[in-house]
Amino acid sequence: MRKLLPSLLLSIATLCVALPAHAGKTVDAIRARGQLACGVSTGVAGFSAADSKGEWRGMDVDVCRALAAAVLKDPTKVRWSPLTSQQRFTALQSGEIDILSRNTTWTLGRDAGQGLVYAGYVFIDGQGFLVHKRSGVTSAKQLNGAEICVQTGTTTERNLAEYARANKIQFKTLMFENLRAVLKAFFSGRCQAFTADASALASIRANDSGKPEDYVVLPDRISKEPLGPVVRRGDEDWFSIVRWTVFALLEAEERGITQANVDLIRDSTSDPAVMRLLGVSEDVGKPLALDKEWVYRMIKAVGNYGEIFERNVGPNSLLQLPRGINALPRDGGVMYSPPLR
Amino acid sequence: MTKARPYLLQAAIIGAVLLALYGLASVVAAKMRALGVEPGFGFLWQRAGFDIGDRLIAFDAADTYGRAFLVGLLNTVRVALVAIVASVLLGGLVGLGQLSRNPLVAKLSEAHVEIFRNVPLLLQVLIVYVLLIGRLPLPHEAWQLGPDIWLSKSGLAIPWPVLTETGWLLDHPLLGRFTFTGGAVLTPEFMAVAVALTLYTSAYIAETVRGAVQSVPHAQSEAALAMGLSEVQTLRHVVVPQALRSMIPPLANQLLNLIKNSSLAVAVGYPDLVAVADTTLTQSGHAVECIAIIMAVYLFLSLLTAALMSAWHGRLLRQQAGGRI
Amino acid sequence: MKKYLRPGNFLIAAVLAWAGWLLFDWAVLQAVFRPDAAACHALQGNGACWGVVTEKFRVILFGRYPLDQQWRPLVALLLMFGLLGASAMPRCHGKRLFTAWGVGLLLVLLLLKGGLFGLDNVDTPRWGGLPLTLLLTLFGLGGAFPLAVLLALGRNGRLPVLRSLCTTFIEIIRGVPLVAVLFMAAFMFPLFMPKGWEFPALLRVLVGIILFAAAYMAEVIRGGLLAISRGQHEAAQALGLSYWQVQLTVVLPQTLRNVLPSLMNSAIALFKDTSLVIIVGLFELTGALGLAVDGDPKWRAFALDGYLFIAFIYWLGCFAMSRYSRALERLI
Ligand SMILES: N[C@@H](CCC(=O)N[C@@H](CS)C(=O)NCC(=O)O)C(=O)O
Repeated sequence: MRKLLPSLLLSIATLCVALPAHAGKTVDAIRARGQLACGVSTGVAGFSAADSKGEWRGMDVDVCRALAAAVLKDPTKVRWSPLTSQQRFTALQSGEIDILSRNTTWTLGRDAGQGLVYAGYVFIDGQGFLVHKRSGVTSAKQLNGAEICVQTGTTTERNLAEYARANKIQFKTLMFENLRAVLKAFFSGRCQAFTADASALASIRANDSGKPEDYVVLPDRISKEPLGPVVRRGDEDWFSIVRWTVFALLEAEERGITQANVDLIRDSTSDPAVMRLLGVSEDVGKPLALDKEWVYRMIKAVGNYGEIFERNVGPNSLLQLPRGINALPRDGGVMYSPPLR
Repeated sequence: MTKARPYLLQAAIIGAVLLALYGLASVVAAKMRALGVEPGFGFLWQRAGFDIGDRLIAFDAADTYGRAFLVGLLNTVRVALVAIVASVLLGGLVGLGQLSRNPLVAKLSEAHVEIFRNVPLLLQVLIVYVLLIGRLPLPHEAWQLGPDIWLSKSGLAIPWPVLTETGWLLDHPLLGRFTFTGGAVLTPEFMAVAVALTLYTSAYIAETVRGAVQSVPHAQSEAALAMGLSEVQTLRHVVVPQALRSMIPPLANQLLNLIKNSSLAVAVGYPDLVAVADTTLTQSGHAVECIAIIMAVYLFLSLLTAALMSAWHGRLLRQQAGGRI
Repeated sequence: MKKYLRPGNFLIAAVLAWAGWLLFDWAVLQAVFRPDAAACHALQGNGACWGVVTEKFRVILFGRYPLDQQWRPLVALLLMFGLLGASAMPRCHGKRLFTAWGVGLLLVLLLLKGGLFGLDNVDTPRWGGLPLTLLLTLFGLGGAFPLAVLLALGRNGRLPVLRSLCTTFIEIIRGVPLVAVLFMAAFMFPLFMPKGWEFPALLRVLVGIILFAAAYMAEVIRGGLLAISRGQHEAAQALGLSYWQVQLTVVLPQTLRNVLPSLMNSAIALFKDTSLVIIVGLFELTGALGLAVDGDPKWRAFALDGYLFIAFIYWLGCFAMSRYSRALERLI
């Protein structure tokens, strides 16, 4: 007893003192650990999902791979944390993960209010509705009076409520706390529509319905859902690395550098911008405290943004999503990268 | 060994606990502020922004988080009350059944206890839920169970009285484009939780009842039978009153457990208190406050149940004492 | 005495036999055991589809544990079964069993986690299935027991402050649902933690489970403590033993022997309660089943059969434990 007390007091004191002290730099922690701790979804194929061998695949997954290639020089050095919509922000805030790369919408409240900061967007989306074809519904407004399944802890439940109010219609909302529960309810016919990001719905229709031809994603988009990687506030260095990783992937597409031709181009190019990007001439890694070849390694590992898109969600993938607004500016999209110099 | 030591020790413990609580509170408050969340219960007056489908009082997204909690609490109370009544009835029957001289009834009752007591409640909730949403027909092919009573994947739709300007009217469920409107609907989520809670708790109540009845000396019922009372009369006038007395404290315990267990509703999306708190804590970031509210409400419900049951127990003891004079 | 030979009873017996036959027909005769979804669909509910278990048994048993490493949770599982089996046999009891448990549980952790002796590191979020269920139960019990003893002694002790503290803790925990405690572990503990401390979800949840179970076990133990007569305390004190000596050598051994059957009930309750950790995102047996079937369009329709299968596993575990506890009761 007599020994217990002082030690108890001591530990409380340390707790109080240790807390305000700022943790070290995220990049140092990642290097020390030898792994990037990446928060992903529990399974939205095309964005982040484990395949039958337990290998993670998807656009959001490739962003983390690219980061691991840039920082750790090895795209496989990633620790994946599958997180439900609810768990994701706690996991990031508490330091369990270094980056949340998981179909997460950039909003003012999340960006400024929760100790988080968005490093950009990798897919611009909107909220849609998935319905069974037999319902004969062709637009969202016809869903007046329907039972609608949503997953809690998302932007979706609020958008739905606002949409109903704005259009003076009523839904019966059924809220579930994880994606599998929603899938179970929706596909057994418990609710007449499932609302979520349209891209996620396309993924669910293609991968999780069993019969894609029986289901449709309605054309309505009731909200803006720019999805992108999120990091903790207060570590600008790490924030910059993530942000410029996304830009570099875009820049590579703009310059026509692909996974297949990156070696060839690096050896033969005389374009100063390309030479700079691939670390042949100047060192664009320096301001980020990375080495010269970080972009080269990323492209080698996952390809440029266009390739990532095509492979995971593009017209020839299972999801069959058009490039649309997610194209480069020259193709009519908004995926613009500032100069890497 | 001085006399002062226990006092010093206790003072030190109080100090340590207070210090620890203060330390934790300030750490948590600091962390929450760093995350942009002002600690406190003020958020209860903010707009919730989400809808709750299954509710007893009016609620929409423009209402406050506080009202959302109220909706959740009422849902908790509703499902708990239904399950309490059903499980006491079922548990009583099964408990007496276990003591039946008819071996078939006795074995069946025992099987009921052994099956439902030994499978986790959560699993039972999920099984009932999957059964309901998997096997029931779509609303358009709903089974008609009676005049204006329909059972489908959307639940059990029944007529319900509503107060209009012209007085009370019976509101009938009508099949709309998608599902039933009007009347009242018991959703599959509600039914899954209520049924599973009833089955699970009834197994424990049955054991309580059996134990209590067995604790009444056998000689008493034999004497009553010898005096010419029928079996039912013996049960009603001799055994049950005595068994009731020893049964109430453990029964109170089972009912407390039932109320707490109703929180498993969150697993199937029934919007009980915990489910609402869960949604609120992610939406608002007020995790500590939401969990504190859950705890406070359950503690209050527990105390309330305990007080009611012990009042009943006390009355029973007094009545029986009075009756004997 | 042959009252049950009445005609009414024959009727009931016939109905029961018929119901039993239907069940047997559904569960065995008509059932599909092959992992063949088409055959299962063809049943149209007239028979059970155990094929879902055959197809998915690895996910059901081991959750998301890496496929090529699943021998590790399997060995861990067998190890835990072995320890449980040995503990059930009175002839194995003794100090050696204690050591075996210590070593065994360490081995289980090592096997699951790896990172040493050439085993690949597997992070706790990937642990799952039956090994996780048992792990949570065993470590939950192991952690809760000493805490429960301390709480019980504190609540029965001589220091009013300590007494009221223990009482408050016990009553608060017993008054709230486990789900609330698990939420606390999932959402509140991270707020208590210094920045940058890695405190995986599994550990947080385990702490929650331990706190919860300890409160209930403390009450069981306290009941046993109260049953020990004052005379014994006084006699022991008269012999000049200190408080802790009295507790450790006289009071606790008797108490624990007396309350062992009730403690078994706590163990059963804990075993069942571990299923709740799915609510905070850990995939023990119940969660692993959801993982296996809810997300798979081919097998989703047969979730029920999967649930019945794991219900049977839980049932076996609980039933065995409760029978064992009854046997103990007779021994004591
Ligand atoms: N973009 C929305 C929704 C993102 C979201 O969580 N969507 C759900 C529904 S598809 C999801 O991805 N769930 C997967 C999971 O919980 O693992 C947001 O950031 O709130």
